[in-house]
Amino acid sequence: MKKFLKITEESLDVAAITDLVADAAAGAINVFVGTVRSNTRGRAVVRLEFEAYESMALKEMDKICRQAGERWPVLAMAVYHRTGVLQVGDVPVVIAVSTPHREQGFAACQYAIDTLKQTVPIWKKEIFADGEEWVSAHP
Amino acid sequence: MITIKLFGITREIAGSSTLTVAQPVANVGQLLALLHEQYPRLAELNSLMVAVNDEYATAETPVTASDEVALIPPVSGG
Repeated sequence: MKKFLKITEESLDVAAITDLVADAAAGAINVFVGTVRSNTRGRAVVRLEFEAYESMALKEMDKICRQAGERWPVLAMAVYHRTGVLQVGDVPVVIAVSTPHREQGFAACQYAIDTLKQTVPIWKKEIFADGEEWVSAHP
Repeated sequence: MITIKLFGITREIAGSSTLTVAQPVANVGQLLALLHEQYPRLAELNSLMVAVNDEYATAETPVTASDEVALIPPVSGG
């Protein structure tokens, strides 16, 4: 299984990341694109700020790929995450998975984004017109 | 001396991206107890994990001056 992992301040190129996982044995490439939403619980979002503990984040991303590969016949997987300041509509995360059949790709891709949100040490702060908040930090 | 990397809200609570602990601590649990004393606002967080050498640690995980230690507040990537 091929793995492509990156944490970058540069904008993410969905087409280029999709191409990374292309494989002659694949019948499907499943791509998840996360985007910055304009509001959270009714509050207008001005921008998001992401930071990562990069060395550990890459290790946790690698674990996600490995675990996905143990559960589904993943041919290649790319997990790319941005850091820095992002505006509404920007793309903070892209996950692309190639598999022989589409069901495996949907499942592996969903597993990857769900697990990333739980385990990968990346943090986002929402900046509202009237304040700011580290997401999920407080009850 | 143990150096601790801080991220997200823990960096803001401490007002710095690193902390050093001079007192002897044997493990992660003792380190966290000390930090909670110094920074009571850490107790307000939903969760607070510690990473030792890029891996999630438990309270029993030993820490020494040569380890890379980081506080991991609730993650929110994606």
